[in-house]
Amino acid sequence: MTAVLELRSVGKTYPPPTAITALANVDLTVGLGETVSITGPSGSGKSTLLNVLGTLERPSTGTVRIGGTDTSTIPDRQLSGLRAWRIGFVFQEFHLLEHLTVLDNVATGLIYRGLSLRSRRDAAASALRRVGLGSRVTHRPSRLSGGERQRAAIARAIAGEPQIILADEPTGNLDSATGAEIIRLIAGLAGPRTTVIVITHDIAVAAAMRRDVRLHDGRIVRDTRTD
Amino acid sequence: MRSRLRLRDAFALGAVGLRARRVRSALSALGIAVAIAALVAVLGIAASAKADLLAQLGAEGNLLTLAAGQTFTGNPTPLPATAEQMIKAVPPVREVTAVSVVHQATVRRSAAIPVIQTGGISVLAAEPSLLETLSATMLRGHFLDSIAQRYPEVVLGYSAAQNLGVGTLTAATQVYLGGTYFVVVGILTPVSVAPEIDDAALVSFPVAVSRLNLDDRPTRVYLRADPDQVAAVAAVLPFTASPAEPEAVEVRRPSDILVARIAARTAFVSLFLGLGAVTLLVSGVGIANIMLISVLERRSEIGLRRALGARGGHVATQFVLEAAALAAIGGILGVALGCLATAVVAHAGGNPITIPPSAPLAGLGAAIAVGVLAGVYPAARAARLSPADALRAP
Repeated sequence: MTAVLELRSVGKTYPPPTAITALANVDLTVGLGETVSITGPSGSGKSTLLNVLGTLERPSTGTVRIGGTDTSTIPDRQLSGLRAWRIGFVFQEFHLLEHLTVLDNVATGLIYRGLSLRSRRDAAASALRRVGLGSRVTHRPSRLSGGERQRAAIARAIAGEPQIILADEPTGNLDSATGAEIIRLIAGLAGPRTTVIVITHDIAVAAAMRRDVRLHDGRIVRDTRTD
Repeated sequence: MRSRLRLRDAFALGAVGLRARRVRSALSALGIAVAIAALVAVLGIAASAKADLLAQLGAEGNLLTLAAGQTFTGNPTPLPATAEQMIKAVPPVREVTAVSVVHQATVRRSAAIPVIQTGGISVLAAEPSLLETLSATMLRGHFLDSIAQRYPEVVLGYSAAQNLGVGTLTAATQVYLGGTYFVVVGILTPVSVAPEIDDAALVSFPVAVSRLNLDDRPTRVYLRADPDQVAAVAAVLPFTASPAEPEAVEVRRPSDILVARIAARTAFVSLFLGLGAVTLLVSGVGIANIMLISVLERRSEIGLRRALGARGGHVATQFVLEAAALAAIGGILGVALGCLATAVVAHAGGNPITIPPSAPLAGLGAAIAVGVLAGVYPAARAARLSPADALRAP
């Protein structure tokens, strides 16, 4: 199995005054096509790990390789390129822009690839059909239910068919029935060319993934696979 | 696998940000609009006021006048009778015309008006060439023609006609001049380079000599020289006109008066431009303020865009373009308002509407420049935000 994500001795310590060590000596390899849940109690370093995986934060120590590229040695603009082409994010708060239609919200996911508006919208429309929102493309986000908003956000993450989908508590703002639908949707995104990594403290979400990485105090305390 | 943002998309992002906050955008644009309107209006109004004077200046730059001082009683002393012929012989001189003050004569509306009520109108003997030499135009009627060389006809200067209450001309329009009635055949428009003509009643030399006891010697000579040779001609004029008493001859260039008038009318421009610049500065600070607030409010959008692959530079570009678009809208509105104000003021003042093409362009350019400058600091703040921190923002 090809490794898309490789963390070697990754540590993250925030500068004073907090001086919190959020991650300590984390080694993690995630292969292409895996579905991984990252679980752990509050303050265990889950969010920091997701930010480091998604190149939104640089680790204090260690190396992070994404698709073979060592992210510690490349400048910010190349990190941005990695995010634009390789990584799709799904957030707990959806982060949809109210002044854009659902279609254009999804199309915005591809704007930093330099694609034309037409091809962005085409890709957005097909991603929206894939998540079952094909009929709501012209709506504003505020007209959608919570579950629909998260579907739109998922469509934005997958519109560019990235290798890695990083989801941060995707069901955190949803009721359990809607959450269950979203879990099924996210778990179904994984494929031979797509890896899904979900941060969660929802046991149902973790159960839907084939691998669970458990964090405690910034360290990996358990790494289990169910086949 | 580069992160890149198309130019079109960057502009679209800037515009969409404004549309999302219409009222706030409109108010900040209004500040810029007022400043630019003030700048354009000041330039336009000044240019309109200057335009007619400048047109005259261009036409009158080669006009020279020549007079022989005054006697102890304040009357102008005559030049030698040969003065006009001598001046005409100077090669760069193109046109010459002479006038002579008729001392004894007064002009009144009728014989019933007391003799002391002259209205300050002088009687001048003039030649038909005066009209062309001074580039003067007729308000009504015609100038002194061949009939006027033999019969008592008079042409009134603009102010003289107003003082005498002569408006429209008929065959019966007469004034009482030097003890007899003269038919008014024409009224001149104001002659800015020779204001003395405005206050004069003009008669022909033969009539002045035969009926008003003029001695035929000119008191003032107007001439037009080759524009490149004006100074040289002015230098030789006293000797040419009055070889016996060159020091008594005074040579003037009437366009100097116009230059002084232009300077006076445009003196306020730099002051108002300064005020406009201060207004522009203040509105720029306003835009910077609004953009800073916008950056704070939109931290989560900034975080999202970074997560979607935007470089710091892309985020900065978005905010700079937003500020520039805001200022450009204000600038366009301001240019329109400024042109309108110029048109209204110029129309009210009777000046031609002259808006220098550079004024709208400079106004718009200044607005956009202010917008860009105002956007730079907020944009830099936005670009420097850590993506992870920005995403955590509410």
